[in-house]
This record gives sequence, structure tokens and C-alpha cells, in this order.
Amino acid sequence: MDAVREGIAAEMRADPTVFLMGIDVGEGGGIFAVTRGLYEEFGPDRIRDTPISELGFVGAAVGAAARGLRPVVELMFMDFLGVCFDPLLNQAPKLRYMTGGLLELPLVVRTQTGAGRSSGAQHSQSLEVMVSHVPGLKVVLPATVEDAYALMRAAIRDPNPVVYIENRRLYGRRGLLPDMDTAPLPLGRARVARAGSDVTVTAWSRMVEVSIQAADRLAADGLAVEVIDVRSLVPLDIETIVESVARTGRAVVVHEAVVPFGAGAEIAARITELAFDRLRAPVARVGAPPVPMPFSPPLESICIPDPDDVVAAVRNVLSQ
Amino acid sequence: MGAVTAISLLDLFARMCLIRSFENRVGALYRASEIPGFIHTSLGQEAVAVGVCSALRAADTIATTHRGHGHCLAKGADVDAAMAELFGKASGLCKGKGGSMHIADPRLGILGANAIVGASLPLATGAALADKLLARDAVSVAFFGEGAVNQGAFHEAVNLAAIWMLPVVFVCENNMYSEFTESRLMSRRESVSAVGPAYGIRSEQLDGNDVEAVHAATTEAVADCRAGNGPVLLEALTYRWQGHYEGDPQTYKPNEEAAAWKQRDPLLIAKTRIEDQSLATAHEVDALVAEAEARVDRAESFARASEFPGADEIYTDVYAG
Repeated sequence: MDAVREGIAAEMRADPTVFLMGIDVGEGGGIFAVTRGLYEEFGPDRIRDTPISELGFVGAAVGAAARGLRPVVELMFMDFLGVCFDPLLNQAPKLRYMTGGLLELPLVVRTQTGAGRSSGAQHSQSLEVMVSHVPGLKVVLPATVEDAYALMRAAIRDPNPVVYIENRRLYGRRGLLPDMDTAPLPLGRARVARAGSDVTVTAWSRMVEVSIQAADRLAADGLAVEVIDVRSLVPLDIETIVESVARTGRAVVVHEAVVPFGAGAEIAARITELAFDRLRAPVARVGAPPVPMPFSPPLESICIPDPDDVVAAVRNVLSQ
Repeated sequence: MGAVTAISLLDLFARMCLIRSFENRVGALYRASEIPGFIHTSLGQEAVAVGVCSALRAADTIATTHRGHGHCLAKGADVDAAMAELFGKASGLCKGKGGSMHIADPRLGILGANAIVGASLPLATGAALADKLLARDAVSVAFFGEGAVNQGAFHEAVNLAAIWMLPVVFVCENNMYSEFTESRLMSRRESVSAVGPAYGIRSEQLDGNDVEAVHAATTEAVADCRAGNGPVLLEALTYRWQGHYEGDPQTYKPNEEAAAWKQRDPLLIAKTRIEDQSLATAHEVDALVAEAEARVDRAESFARASEFPGADEIYTDVYAG
């Protein structure tokens, strides 16, 4: 989580038009302490505590972006998209298009997901596909400490509305921040997180880690699994995925969100469209079952994809 | 109401004439299937658009509603390009990609019409936040109807602007109807202006058909905002002559009510006052009406002569950079 904070801080130091607002982000430092220390450095004008009023402040962020600021807005849990979808559905993604390109809306909505702590059905959803389905938004999902930093910087610099989705179960990860002087990554470039030649596993956010754990286990059996971290669903680096599938002939998509109508279906369809003749098995999907996330720990655990699920899916596509 | 100082009543009248001509023409063109989509005209409400926008500067921002043609014209939108936008032509303000419900010109501080009821309030609030943080001497206006006051967006934006003391003038055009429904059936509050004090902001109810009254109230509200005493809520009482949209049969409106409000035509009120105060001759007033009509004639010709955007425009302007 230091990486997210440092990414924001670096851009705030570099650009006086960047500011942060959200519930408890100021003196309180945020529910997960992601923004701790920013208030002290940047003060109450640029680190703004808001009322519990997501429609108001996300909508205001769109207006502020239209008038020359670069807002970074915190939506405490992605589930709260339900009370403020209009600015992210009908305003931010459409105002540029509807004005024939006269407006730029450099806006970052940072939010977090991450089931596994019995947070219940209203605090556990991975809703990345809901924003990915709206043309005009970009959707970023970092999986590593390095990317959390670099992609945050890139998201803030991007002249478009970007939804930046963290996974709270990655907040404790440790790593080195990339060189402060290194130019931020361009959005839309996937990363080969683990090279392999037998199966291509595509994942994002915490599922990259889960997929690597599965790959490590399969390596003991002599199977070489390639894990691709897409980093962003929009733009999606389909070329890197297809190039890998062209080599391996087999593909599995892993996400924490529910399977039906999910991003896994979109990626599977794209692979089929672009590399059908290279596929030696149907593309498999691993994700949550289509149920509201149960509260009870053993039930919740079953619903969250783990390395066992990925191992099983990989073995299944290899058996075909 | 005191006389307008910086701008003459004659000038305000001329600006209302332009909106009247534009809206009448747009309605006729829509009925003739010349203009696609939905059209919501502001006939009968011209004094609000002109009274408010005449109290603003170029650097100020407005965000408006689905009934937004008048506000855009009053803030200075080019009449030709506005008409072309409604036709969906490439020469339109938004290259024909917005249309009536999304007509905008950010270069003039017009964030645009908006087809989501209540959406203008958070947008204007954010624009005012930008002005405040960037230390620009500018205010924002959110236009909305009384129907939007039942939306959460109204309450959230007013509260946010209030706690941050943002330079926003919230302008409610109370035209008595929420789409097809009489608004007093949809809320038990006695007035929209009664809501402001609940959020700790100054509020005022005014005659929305008296352009001088609207101008004066807005001038004062804008001055409050510039002095750091914003936001302010204004409730302009007016009446929607046409239906919710063009083509609405309006079976829900009593005839006597509509007739009574026609007697309170904002242009008639201004015209009578011009004559009473001998500000212009009847001939001069007629010339202003004719001039507006001629301007709209030219806009229509311009729009008709313009080309539709090419198919390559489908994929442009989705993302910047």
C-alpha cells in the first residue's frame, strides 16, 4: 500500500493540479491507511475529506477534471459503485465524446476489492467488468508492488478517466519501488509474470499471485505454465496474450470475479477470434461461482479461486 | 425590482427573442422530422436562461439539463453551430456527437446539457472546486428543474458545495412539472428554496418570468460567491409551455393553467415594461423580434447545408491522447 501512496504523492509533488478526495482520506489516513501521511504533506485543500456522499464527490470530481484539475478520488469499497454509478457510467466516459473531443477528463477513481476476510456480500465484489464494459473508461488492476506504484503514476498522468482497482489482500506485500525517475509505464501493456511453454494463464490483480503459485506447483510435475498479468483490462494487451497462446496452444483465464459474463469470457472470445487455429483445447475460465459472496469463512473460501482451482483447470486443458 | 445597470432590458429582451425563435423553430423542425432524437424546448422559461447568464462572465461555468438549448445560447453558444448540432451535422458545436440533450461548448464554460436528471449539480460543484483550488475568480451555475430536487444528486451536491463554501449558484427552474407529473404531488415541501436553509445556505425564491428579477438575483448570488460566501440556491418560478418533450400531448395540464401562464409570458412582461418605460418604440421592439427570427433562419440554412460527420468520426474522441 506504500506503493499506491507513493505513486499518488509523487504525482502530487510533480503536478499541483493533482488532488485527492474521499471518505476519511485526510487526517484519518484512510480505512486501510493507504493515504496516511498525505494530509500532513499536502494539507486539507489537496487531501480532502468528503461526506459519505459518493454520488456527490465522484460527480464533482468529473466537473473538477473538466475544469483543469486532476482528481484522484477514493471509492472506499468497489461495491459502493452502486451508489455513484452515474458519474462513471453517463458522465466521465461520455463527456469527451459527446462534446466532439472538446473536453479532457483526467480523473482517477481508485478503489479496492478483495474477498477472503468475511466482509460479506456488499464488501467483497470484484466488479471490474462493470466499468470495463463502458467505453471511455480505462481500467487498471495492479498485481505487484512495482506496478501499484508505476501504474498509479501512469493513471494520474493519463488524460482519461481511469478506474484503478487495488486488492486489499495485496496491501501487505513488500517490494522495491521502481526508480523515481523512471517514466511511468504506459497503460495497456501486459507483463509476462512467469514464462512457460505448455499453457497460458491470464490473470490480474491478486489472481496473478495465485496463478504463479499454481504454476510453481505444476512445475514440480514438469509442466511449464506461462502466467500473463494483463495489468489493465482497458486497454487490453490482447497481442501479448495471443502471442503466448500461439506458442502454448492452451489458455486459462483466472479472475476473482464471478464467472458468468465476466472478463474471462471476453478474453476467451478474443483468443478464439484471433488464435482459433492454434488452440488445442477450449479456453478455460476460473472464477467465483455466481452467488453473492457468503459471509461464513468456509463457504467464502470455496468461492475464491485458489491455486488448487488453477491447477485443476490447467490439468484439464492439458488433458484435452 | 431595480433597473438593470450593466445590461439593458432591451438587450435582455433581444436575447430572450433569440431563444424563443430558436426553440419555436426547433420544435417545428422536429415535428417535420428534420431533427432526429428527442427535443425538450424551454419555451416560456427564457427569462431564467437570459437573466442568469447575463449576470455571468465568460470565465464562469454552467452545467445544465436536457432542456438546455436556451442556457447554451444565453451563455454565448454560436447559433449556427448549435442548430447544426441538433441536426447531427459535423459543423455542430460537438461535431454532431452530442445532440439536443448534450449540447455543449466547454470553450465558453458550457459543460453542457445533460440527459440525466440531477447530473448538473455535482458537475457544477466540481467545476467550482477547480476554480477555488486553482484560485480562479470564477463561479459555476447548475441549472436543474424542481424534479431534480428529489434526486440524491441534488442533496449531495448542495451539501458538498455548502461545507466547502464553493462558488456555485444552484438555479432551480421550477416549471411545475416533473416530466408528465405535477411536481407538488411528488414532494411535500412547500418550495425548493425552503431546502437551502436546511443545508445552511442562502436561498431565494423569485419570479422566473421576470428577466430583470432573475438578473438581479443572480448578480447578487454571483457576488456572494465571488466574495467567498457561496453557494446560493435560487428557485425561479416559471412554466413549461410545451410538453416534457416535443410531441408530448400534455393531457395532464389544465387548459386554464396554461392560458394563465401565457399571460405571464416572459417576453410579454419585458416588452410591456420596455413600452411603459419608453425604452424603445414598438417599431424597435418588433425589429428585435424580426432580427432574432432572421438569425435563426440563417442558422437553419447553415445546419441544412452542413454535412453529416464521416463514419471515421465514430471512433474518434472516445479517449484523449
